[in-house]
Amino acid sequence: MTLDVRLQAPLRSFELELELDAGAAGPLGLAGRSGAGKSTALRMIAGLLRPKHGVVRLDGETLLDTEARVDVPAERRGIGYLFQHGALFGHLSAWRNVAYGIRDGGRAARRRRAVELMERFGIERLADARPAELSGGERRRVALARAVAATPRALLLDEPLAALDPSTKGAAARELAAAIGAASVPTVIVSHDFAELAQLASGIAVLDRGRIVQSGSAAELAATPGSALVADLAGAVVLVGVVRSSPDGLTLIELEGGGVLRSSDPASGPVAASVYPWEIELEPADAEPRGSALNRLPAEVTSVTEIGGRARVGLAAPQPLAAEVTVASVRRLGLRPGARVVASWKATATRVVAR
Amino acid sequence: MSAPRAFGVVVAAALAVVLAFLALPMAALFVHTSPGRLAASLGDPAALDALSLSLRTSGVALAVIVLVGTPAAYLLATRSFRGRTLALTLVELPIVLPPAAAGIALLAAFGPNGVLGGAISDAGIQLVLETAGVVVALTFVSAPFYVRGAAAAFAAVDPELLEASRTLGAGPAATFARVAIPQAAGGIAAALALAWGRALGEFGATLLFAGSVRGVTQTAPLAIFAFLSTDLDAAVALAAVLLAASAAILLGVKLLAASALGGGPAPSR
Repeated sequence: MTLDVRLQAPLRSFELELELDAGAAGPLGLAGRSGAGKSTALRMIAGLLRPKHGVVRLDGETLLDTEARVDVPAERRGIGYLFQHGALFGHLSAWRNVAYGIRDGGRAARRRRAVELMERFGIERLADARPAELSGGERRRVALARAVAATPRALLLDEPLAALDPSTKGAAARELAAAIGAASVPTVIVSHDFAELAQLASGIAVLDRGRIVQSGSAAELAATPGSALVADLAGAVVLVGVVRSSPDGLTLIELEGGGVLRSSDPASGPVAASVYPWEIELEPADAEPRGSALNRLPAEVTSVTEIGGRARVGLAAPQPLAAEVTVASVRRLGLRPGARVVASWKATATRVVAR
Repeated sequence: MSAPRAFGVVVAAALAVVLAFLALPMAALFVHTSPGRLAASLGDPAALDALSLSLRTSGVALAVIVLVGTPAAYLLATRSFRGRTLALTLVELPIVLPPAAAGIALLAAFGPNGVLGGAISDAGIQLVLETAGVVVALTFVSAPFYVRGAAAAFAAVDPELLEASRTLGAGPAATFARVAIPQAAGGIAAALALAWGRALGEFGATLLFAGSVRGVTQTAPLAIFAFLSTDLDAAVALAAVLLAASAAILLGVKLLAASALGGGPAPSR
């Protein structure tokens, strides 16, 4: 089972031009900043929008071919779509929302089937509730059950976890991954959150201004980002500067706003250097440099956000930084807004790409 | 007195003035009429004829308006097409047209010497001085209120809901019936009540286009006018009855919409 997509359409300020292939390899993630054309692409695949040129094929059946003048309407494409906010019908009870796409059988049979599906998501007791009475998480489950109930031949998910707070995201992601696995149809997931896609998708394509700039597994993209955008999406700290000279075989980068970095990546001209927050070590401002970290930038702590046992520390340096350390280190170093520290990391942990 | 408190008093006073000004004349109708006189006027065949004609003609006009106006309003609200603004303006124009001018316009279009007069009489249809003419006049003056209101209600429906319906296998017609109409029901009912009220009160266009023939084209407002010169009490009594009937229809339509929506319009998400 495969979903082959080729789209070309002029958008407001750039051209959308992409090729996707989702299928046996598992869910395909489409990452990018908001406005990159992700949702537009999804709508075109579903048949809700029409590209200027394009082809959409599902299991060998042509759903769209602008050259051949084939354009199967959305309601006959059999492509399920999960909207970011659920798009539940407020005038229908939860089970009637789920049963909306079930065509066969009488009222009783449709209700039975809908409640069965709701049981799978642990929401059968809400069958008669109106969407307005449901919590955000419950609404998301009803929307998911509704999309699956129509037995789609492909699934499109638009920012499926964006509306959730961090504390419930993990469980919701596991539940969603299980539902996608159970549906076992070609799936495309759109998100601006790389970590989310790393959990849900087996491959990720990064979209920038309508074009795919890099694709691969989440680990590949994070390890070797081909651009500052990909590094940034993958969660890295991105610092911009210009390569000066490489006296010791290392690339020397003079940062905008001051400071110097070294990287083992060869580069020249204007570049973006990236490092992951968990590679950055924090030391007291007066500590003597020891160890092998070549990059050292003095900084001031601006924020400390604890997530589980970890803490993300926001830093004001000539360019903003973020480090991820344990909560124990936060206590030991007395990290709080205003504290002065030195951020250090290895040249080998510093990826450099041309700007 | 603090500023927020002063503002509270000002808006409350404004609402009191609005309510008093609007309610006083209506209340006066009933003060002016004894219950006995009211009952007697209902026994007057002329008044009864007028009232029943008003209800029948406005009912038929509204049925036509809802049947044709609802899909038209949906199209106006959900599609962008060339000339859409022009179409919307055209729909609204009869609202600002003086009723007498509307009557003349209807004569010029559908009257015996009107643009379509020949075709209409060839088809064996007689409008002027006939009940059918009243329906045409009522439709003309009240349709804009319905179409405008229904279009606004459809435009307020979250487009994602319509898209969701499509991806769940419902075609455009099914989506219209199962999602768009229920979602817009509250606004549609309000527009319907407004249009019906306008039709019940219609006077000028009916008089000029269909005339004032008792039992045939003399609706309640025309009968009230006719009674003015002969029997002021009967005119006041009929006015009071018309007011009560209009209020009942307004309220009925709103209650019906509320019950159909299961206790008021629910949020879409």
